[in-house]
Amino acid sequence: MIDLGSQRLKGRVALVSGGLRGIGLACVERFLAEGAEVVLTDLEAPDTDHAAATLARLGQAASYVQANVAQEDDWAKVLSAVTERHGKLHILVNNAGIDLTGPVAETSLEGWRRIMSINVDGVFLGVRTFVPLMAASGADFRGGASIVNVSSIMGLVGMSEVSGYNASKGAVRLFTKSIALEFAEKKMPIRANSLHPGFVMTPLLQEGFQRWVDKGVAGKAQDLVDLMSSKTPIGRLADPSELASAVFFLASSDSSYMTGSELVVDGGWTAQ
Amino acid sequence: MGHVQRHSHWEIAVKRLEGKVALVTGGTSGIGAGTVERLCAEGARVIFTGSNQAAADAVCAATGALFIRHDVTDVSAWDGLMARILEEYGRLDIAFANAGTENGDGSIESIGIEGWNTIIGVNLTGVMLTVQHAMRAMARNPEGPVGSIIVNSSMNAHRAMGNFVAYSVSKTAVLALVKSSAVHSGNRKYKIRVNAVLPGVVETAMIANLIEKSGDPAATRAAYEGLSPMGRMASVDEVAGLVAWLASDETRFCSGSEFTMDGASTAGMNGV
Ligand SMILES: NC(=O)c1ccc[n+]([C@@H]2O[C@H](COP(=O)([O-])OP(=O)(O)OC[C@H]3O[C@@H](n4cnc5c(N)ncnc54)[C@H](O)[C@@H]3O)[C@@H](O)[C@H]2O)c1
Repeated sequence: MIDLGSQRLKGRVALVSGGLRGIGLACVERFLAEGAEVVLTDLEAPDTDHAAATLARLGQAASYVQANVAQEDDWAKVLSAVTERHGKLHILVNNAGIDLTGPVAETSLEGWRRIMSINVDGVFLGVRTFVPLMAASGADFRGGASIVNVSSIMGLVGMSEVSGYNASKGAVRLFTKSIALEFAEKKMPIRANSLHPGFVMTPLLQEGFQRWVDKGVAGKAQDLVDLMSSKTPIGRLADPSELASAVFFLASSDSSYMTGSELVVDGGWTAQ
Repeated sequence: MGHVQRHSHWEIAVKRLEGKVALVTGGTSGIGAGTVERLCAEGARVIFTGSNQAAADAVCAATGALFIRHDVTDVSAWDGLMARILEEYGRLDIAFANAGTENGDGSIESIGIEGWNTIIGVNLTGVMLTVQHAMRAMARNPEGPVGSIIVNSSMNAHRAMGNFVAYSVSKTAVLALVKSSAVHSGNRKYKIRVNAVLPGVVETAMIANLIEKSGDPAATRAAYEGLSPMGRMASVDEVAGLVAWLASDETRFCSGSEFTMDGASTAGMNGV
C-alpha cells in the first residue's frame, strides 16, 4: 500500500464537491492525509447519520457545506464559507456528478437537463465562483492553484444508451481545456486538468448496476462487475483511492507544468 | 550537470519507490538524468544506460545509481544487459524508455535515408526493444508479473513538426506500441502497466545549448517559450516528477494511457 503520511499538501486549502462518498470522499481523505485543510460539499444535511458520522471521522481539518452544485446561490454560500474559514483556495475538485442511462428516444428533456445542470453547470459554477480566490492564492505554492474537473472515459469514447452522460462528460473535457488556455495565456497562477476515470467501485456505479439489474439486463450486480472487469485490460474495477492518487498528483507541485491535460485512469479501457 | 542538485524544491517526504529496481535508458543527460536522480531520491535502485562516460560518472556520483554502457539499438547486447540487472538486483520494477534522438532529421522532402533509419532505429525500434526486454524481465519477478513501463513520447506525437518528420513519426508510433503492449499485458493477466509521457519543450542542456548557439539567443528562447501558453519551457525535474508518479504504486490502475505535460501546448493546438 501507498504510504500516505507524507504531508505534501501541508498549508493548502482544498474544496471537493460531492465529497461525502465515492471518488470525492477518497480525495478528501487523501488530501487530509497529505496535510491539507479540506472543505467538502454535498447534498445531505450535515446532521444525517451518514454525514455526521463521516464528518466526525474526517476530523477538525475538514469542514462541510451543504450545497447543490447546480444551484448558483449555493455556490455563493460555499464561497463565503471558504473565505471566512480559510481566506484562500489552492485546490478545487469539481467531482459531484450523476449518471443517466437509457435509449435516446426515451430520454426525457427533464432528465437531460438535470444531468447537464449537475455535471456541466455544476463544474462551470464551481470554476466561475472560485477563480478570483484561486488566482489570489496561486502564488503560495510552486505550480499555483489547481482545478481538477472530474470527467470520465465516457467523456472520451461513446457508449450505447449513455448519450446524456457522454454529452455531459465530453463537455467537461473541452471546458477544462479552454479554461486551462485562458489562465495560462493570462499568466494566472491556476492550472486546470480533467480526470477520466474508468469503472470505479463507488455507490454511483453500484446503484447504476442495480438499475440495469432491475431492468432485467443482468441477473445480479456482481455479474455486471465481473463483465466490466473482464473487459478491462487490468482485469478489475478501480478502487476510489486509485483516482484520489491521480487527483493528488494534479493538486501537488509535482504537476506544476501540467495544464490542459487529460488524466486517464481506466485500467487500459480506452487503449484497446 | 547543474540539474543534479535540485532536490530542494521537490516535496519528497516519502520514499514511494523503496525496494524497487529501475532501468532508465539514455540516462546520462537531460530528462533521463533528471529521472535517475528523482527515482533514486524516492528510494529506487537505478540502473541507467547511455554512452557518455564522463556525464554518466557525474550522475553516478550525485545519485548512487549504476551506469551500464549500452546502446538501445544494439539488439545483441540486450540479453546481456538484462541478465546483469537480474543477476545483481534479482528483479525489475520500473523501466523508463527514454533514449531518443533527432540527429539527421529533416522535412519529408529533405530527409536522407540514413537520418530516417537512425531516428526510427533509436526512437521506435530502441523503445520496442526496451519495452520488450523490460516486460520479459518483469514477467519473471519473484512475486509474479508486476511492474511499470514508461515510454518517453513527446507532445509532437500530436503536433507534428514540418522540419522533423522522423522524430514526429517515431513519437506518434510509440503510442501505438504502448497501447499494444498494455493490452497484451492485460491479455496475459500480468500486473505490468505500460504508459507514455508526452512532455512539451523541456529546458535540457541540449535545448539550452541550441538556444545559445543560435544566431539570436533571445529570439530563439522566446520562440521555445512561446510554444506553451504558459510562456515557459518545462524543467527536467517536472517531467521526472511525472515519471516517478507513474513508476509508483499510485498508478496501479493506469495502463495504456498518454500523460501529457506540456503547459497546455496541445490543449488548443494553436499552431507553431
Ligand atoms: N464510479 C465510476 O465508475 C465513475 C467513472 C467515471 C467518472 N465518474 C465520475 O466521478 C464523479 C464522482 O462519482 P462517484 O462514482 O464517486 O459517485 P457517487 O455517487 O458515489 O458520489 C458522488 C457524490 O456527489 C454528490 N452529488 C450528486 N449530485 C450533487 C449535486 N447536485 N450537488 C452536490 N453534490 C452532489 C452525491 O451526493 C455523492 O455524494 C462523478 O462526476 C462521476 O460522473 C465516476
